[in-house]
Amino acid sequence: MSQITLVKGLNTGLRAAMEADPKVIVMGEDVGRLGGVFRVTDGLQKDFGEDRVIDTPLAESGIIGTAVGLAMRGYRPVCEIQFDGFVYPAYDQIVSQVAKMHSRSRGKLPMPIVIRIPFGGGIGAVEHHSESPEAYFAHTAGLKVVACSNPVDAYWMIQQAVASDDPIVFLEPKRRYWEKGELDDSATSAPDPLHSSRVVRAGGQATVLAYGPMVKTCLEAATAAAEEGIELEVIDLRTLSPLDLGPVHESARKTGRVVVVHEAPITLGMGAEIAARVTEECFYALEAPVMRVAGFDTPYPASRVEEEYLPDLDRVLDAVDRALAH
Amino acid sequence: MTDSARAVPPGPSDHPSDPPSDPPTDPSSDPAPDTVFGPRPVHDAGNLVQLLTPEGERREHPDYSFDLDDEHVLGFYRDLVLTRRIDSEALALQRQGELGIWAQALGQEAAQIGSGRAMAPQDFVFPTYREHGVAWCRGVDPLALLGLFRGVDHGDWNPLENNFALYTIVIGAQTLHATGYAMGLQRDGAVGTGDPERDAAVVAYFGDGATSQGDVNEAFIWASVFNSPVVFFCQNNQWAISEPSERQSRIPLYQRALGFGFPGVRVDGNDVLACYAVTQAALKRAHEGGGPTFVEAYTYRMGAHTTTDDPTRYRLNDDLESWKLKDPIARVKAYLARSGAADEDFFAEVETEAEALAERLRSGCRELPDPSPLEMFDKVYVEQTPELVAQRQQFAAYLESFEEAHA
Repeated sequence: MSQITLVKGLNTGLRAAMEADPKVIVMGEDVGRLGGVFRVTDGLQKDFGEDRVIDTPLAESGIIGTAVGLAMRGYRPVCEIQFDGFVYPAYDQIVSQVAKMHSRSRGKLPMPIVIRIPFGGGIGAVEHHSESPEAYFAHTAGLKVVACSNPVDAYWMIQQAVASDDPIVFLEPKRRYWEKGELDDSATSAPDPLHSSRVVRAGGQATVLAYGPMVKTCLEAATAAAEEGIELEVIDLRTLSPLDLGPVHESARKTGRVVVVHEAPITLGMGAEIAARVTEECFYALEAPVMRVAGFDTPYPASRVEEEYLPDLDRVLDAVDRALAH
Repeated sequence: MTDSARAVPPGPSDHPSDPPSDPPTDPSSDPAPDTVFGPRPVHDAGNLVQLLTPEGERREHPDYSFDLDDEHVLGFYRDLVLTRRIDSEALALQRQGELGIWAQALGQEAAQIGSGRAMAPQDFVFPTYREHGVAWCRGVDPLALLGLFRGVDHGDWNPLENNFALYTIVIGAQTLHATGYAMGLQRDGAVGTGDPERDAAVVAYFGDGATSQGDVNEAFIWASVFNSPVVFFCQNNQWAISEPSERQSRIPLYQRALGFGFPGVRVDGNDVLACYAVTQAALKRAHEGGGPTFVEAYTYRMGAHTTTDDPTRYRLNDDLESWKLKDPIARVKAYLARSGAADEDFFAEVETEAEALAERLRSGCRELPDPSPLEMFDKVYVEQTPELVAQRQQFAAYLESFEEAHA
């Protein structure tokens, strides 16, 4: 057992993945000598060399586009996009090239590429450093999308993502990079499957769903609710495409009330899809409409007001109250 | 202004070579060099590598030579004729409603066969959607090309068997794939070993329009700074649908390469011998670890952009007529006939073979089976998702409900 930060979990997981498979290479801006602006790749170039940890030119489409060619040559690129708001120059390569290659080649060209993206707000950053682009990618056939929420998941999930033969958009909650957790990396410990959600707090009165940075927020909300005698069940979705809604449906049938929480804008966000699916599967068990707590349909605001934009404990509890009022 | 004031030197082939017998463009459209600061105008006719004139006469060039015997030229002729026959048959099939669309390569056969035949088996090609002649050189069944344009699939050849990637329709995206693949070759120790059967390179095809794309410029930078074994083979066919190459560049495209830090060369794209020689030299450089080269094959799209296009809306017939005089096949035929390497029987045999190929494509195309609707759910992922399993089941049941209703 050791205490690690989320950054360290990713770093250690990446190191393990690179040791396990010489075809794994890390590429991106500043990932080499600097170790990444968040130090996720710290020390990897020193230990694995410049051929496997590549400081790329400053062009995101180039990072993903060359990763496609490397994957065709049998490599397993792990690409870092430095910030969420910088992924859009690579959008064609991700959506039209990476996502479709396996399908259009009828399975002849798998794309075992991981696209790591620090996402979400809450760190007081300037524009384009606090966005939540997950719905764009979850909406794209051929991609898989996951979001880790804690250091232990980060450690395991990055290794599972690298081992996946499908392309994975790997979302890292940048405001939780420095959170700590206890990692049991002994041989006997086994992680949950990558594409599985998990109940992280049991409760019977309402179900709260979150992923990435909002999981901690929702757990804090559940603690606060418990002080008022309200028991919330909190589920960490972990995988956004494919969704693993089995535990969600089970919980919804138990509580009859579901609240989905994310930082991304509310309209056509993950919450919309989840609300539709929960309604389809659990219609007669629901006591209230599925509630959404999300960012607003505005551009991400200047950082001095980002705490107003971002869902917080009070907004989660407000939605829980509205669900319980039905 | 003096020559020394030019911002861009004329390129590595700055030799006073024989001028082409027929300048590639109307000189009146080129401003006098003194009126242009620095760069040369886009259609500057200097430095065009040509080894076979439109009249079928061999020319020498100080930097590039064609060293193969006439047996190879006979082979090129066959390739050129068959490629054109594939193209014309596909056009006819589109007009008959058998293909949804077709992108003609008419006029660009020499650029494609010359470059395609210069490659080693282990080299890898990243094409656009018009490289039918290169596909032919790589052993891709032309019927597989028709399948794509018929709409039965997105390209049913195996890129890893033919070393020929799937056609790429988003302009320029494949140049980055090519560069990444080349970076893989470097990591695999397949560059600069001196072993001609091991050393490999990548050829990235694209057009004059693509040179404006960000991805292409990023590919240039990547290949340059990583010294990757890529031949950037640009077929400047003068037209990006309706936009002339002047809308893409103020300087000859091959001169772009200098700014990225690697050599660029302009070759007569209608001269199969020159295209072979220049590509072979660029591949040799790449194989040896010398890095990327930009080849601008100066040619002309004699057909429409695709079968949905109407070039009479944007270009003059005179232009087309002048390029017909520079036809890539006619000059090879003239050379072979004059040199005595081929007689009428040979030309007739190739024609017969071309007709047989056309007949095979005609019947084969009509017999290409439509895919099952349920196949669209397969192969989206290596590891199928529960969502797609469910959607496939639901759609299958829906389809079956019609069959039951009709039973």
